Amino acid sequence: MAAAQRIGRTLLRTALHAAPTVLGIVILNFFLLKLAPGDAADAIAAQDGSATAETMASLRHTWGLDNPTLVQLVTYLDNLAHFSLGTSPHWGVPVIDLIAQRLPGTLILMAVSLGIAIVIGLALGAVMANFAGRLPDRLISVVSLLFYSVPGFWIGLMLIVLFSVTLGWLPTGGAGAIGSRLTGLAAIVDKARYMILPATSLALFYVAIYARLTRASMLEVQSQDFVRTARAKGVSPLAVTVRHVLRNALIPITTLAGMHVGAMLGGAVVVETVYNWPGLGRLAFEAVMGRDSNVLLGILLFSSLLVIFANALVDLLHAWLDPRIGAHA
Amino acid sequence: MSSTEIGSFGVEVERAETEARLGPSRPQPEPKWSNLHAPDARLACADAVVVRPGARELRLFVANPNALAGLLILAAVIVAALVAPVLFPGDPLAMTGQPLQWPGQSAGYPLGTDQLGRNVLAGIFHGARVSLVVGLVATALGLAIGVLVGAIAGYFGGWIDTLLVRVIEIFQTLPSFVLLVVLVFIAQPSAPTITLGIAIISWPQVARLTRAEFRAIREKDYVMAARSLGFGSARIIFGEILPNALPPLIVTSSVMVATAILMESALSFMGLGDPNVVSWGSMIGAGREVIRSAWYLTALPGLAIVLIVLSLNLIGDGLNDALNPRFAEDRR
Repeated sequence: MAAAQRIGRTLLRTALHAAPTVLGIVILNFFLLKLAPGDAADAIAAQDGSATAETMASLRHTWGLDNPTLVQLVTYLDNLAHFSLGTSPHWGVPVIDLIAQRLPGTLILMAVSLGIAIVIGLALGAVMANFAGRLPDRLISVVSLLFYSVPGFWIGLMLIVLFSVTLGWLPTGGAGAIGSRLTGLAAIVDKARYMILPATSLALFYVAIYARLTRASMLEVQSQDFVRTARAKGVSPLAVTVRHVLRNALIPITTLAGMHVGAMLGGAVVVETVYNWPGLGRLAFEAVMGRDSNVLLGILLFSSLLVIFANALVDLLHAWLDPRIGAHA
Repeated sequence: MSSTEIGSFGVEVERAETEARLGPSRPQPEPKWSNLHAPDARLACADAVVVRPGARELRLFVANPNALAGLLILAAVIVAALVAPVLFPGDPLAMTGQPLQWPGQSAGYPLGTDQLGRNVLAGIFHGARVSLVVGLVATALGLAIGVLVGAIAGYFGGWIDTLLVRVIEIFQTLPSFVLLVVLVFIAQPSAPTITLGIAIISWPQVARLTRAEFRAIREKDYVMAARSLGFGSARIIFGEILPNALPPLIVTSSVMVATAILMESALSFMGLGDPNVVSWGSMIGAGREVIRSAWYLTALPGLAIVLIVLSLNLIGDGLNDALNPRFAEDRR
């Protein structure tokens, strides 16, 4: 079967499978919004400082907040179909604009963290599997358990104390030097200096997971016949580890990395708060502080869609990497 | 029916008596008819074999130094939580001394005081209570919901399974910490709402695991035997399948407590904790404001979190090695 056909079929299946989930999430989101304390009229009234019962009623009427719940649900779905998530009473801007403005920051942070986590995790896991049961294995397994137990926001603060306050090597927060007109390589270096601490704080937990997973799946692959064949025909140990063992051990790791997108978004919320990183997470924190449920639920909805999108991407990647996966669908 | 009533039926009586004895105890050999019976499997089984459930697992767990270390740390934290009101009576949020004393600076405050003059050591002892209670109760709730949903989905299958799997999928797609923030925000932060929120985001994982176990065990012979004896669904689910599905659930639950404690601390760090009780996360959040001059205020409560979470993860690993010996071999 041609690869393109396989991928097309996977895409269709994923879309069909995701549709009811998306609908369920949208409806859940709507009811959470209804449960949130105070509606848009309350928020406006609170900002004005003076609002009579009559103006509140007329505001509610204008926005259709006095309609039956089902009618409101239909309106909400209609708005969503036009990519409208309502307006933020706190910022006075459409929610979708706020999210679009902050999304790239979070995506970059997550991508860099995931990259760091996978590279370091794979390396540590490969070392552990190579020395299984011996001292390096035990040492790294203790360290990875420690990484697994440390709260991301706390390690973030400790890194700030060490690298920013004490040593003064790296900035404490933000996303770039204010008012800098750097270009080319200097701009990238500047970005990287701001990126490295938040990305490391977010990555540590996943380094631990990937290291343990790599170790387990490499040990499993190592005992298989094709590895023995490769050794028997004289392939160098390094080539066996990298090309035969590690490559096959990658499949469970890509699956897991796709599943971690949602959890990583959650971690980003806290880490972005620590580092004042301009992303969705800090927007969520600011929405909590500003009691802005419109923005908060917009973020929840948007990040769920992001997770579905990431899962579909991993499915496609698998269909492309491994012909067996798409074939019997 | 007693044996005296039908005493005149001869052989029939003996068979009835044999059947009556077939229950819990071993049937006695019957010299008269032994050559006519097929050998009874229970007659051949040796007396010496005594199956004590959990004995081997317990031995494996106790022989594991990591797991024991975890158990010791956890016990220490539990003791700290229990003695907190005795050692540090009064509100840990009350100002008691000079503000911003470093650890060791004053004998009365071994771990120093924060910017409002609150005793850090008292805060850490009292904070253990919140972390443990939220972690344990949230896990218990999450386990209860998850096991119930997973058992129903896995045991009955069919449309109810399809429906429940959809619901699980929705909850697993929503980024759990973002959902938790939204839930706590809507319900107003307090210890019960945080606990409930963590339970709501953690049950789908349990449900998925339970469902997988139930689907595998449901096909086994002993379940079939129970069904053919006329056991009801509830009795098969809770009496036959659930005990055999427990090992992976036990391992998961220790990791769930650790995750719940991490989530609670992250929430209170962000200012979404219960404002009336002291928690390690809120101590870090408060200490953050003076991190440049007094970093110990951030470091100490964080170390407490690391210790308890590490201990729970060590215990989880030990349980996993003890309960899933297949995976344990390559680890030591």
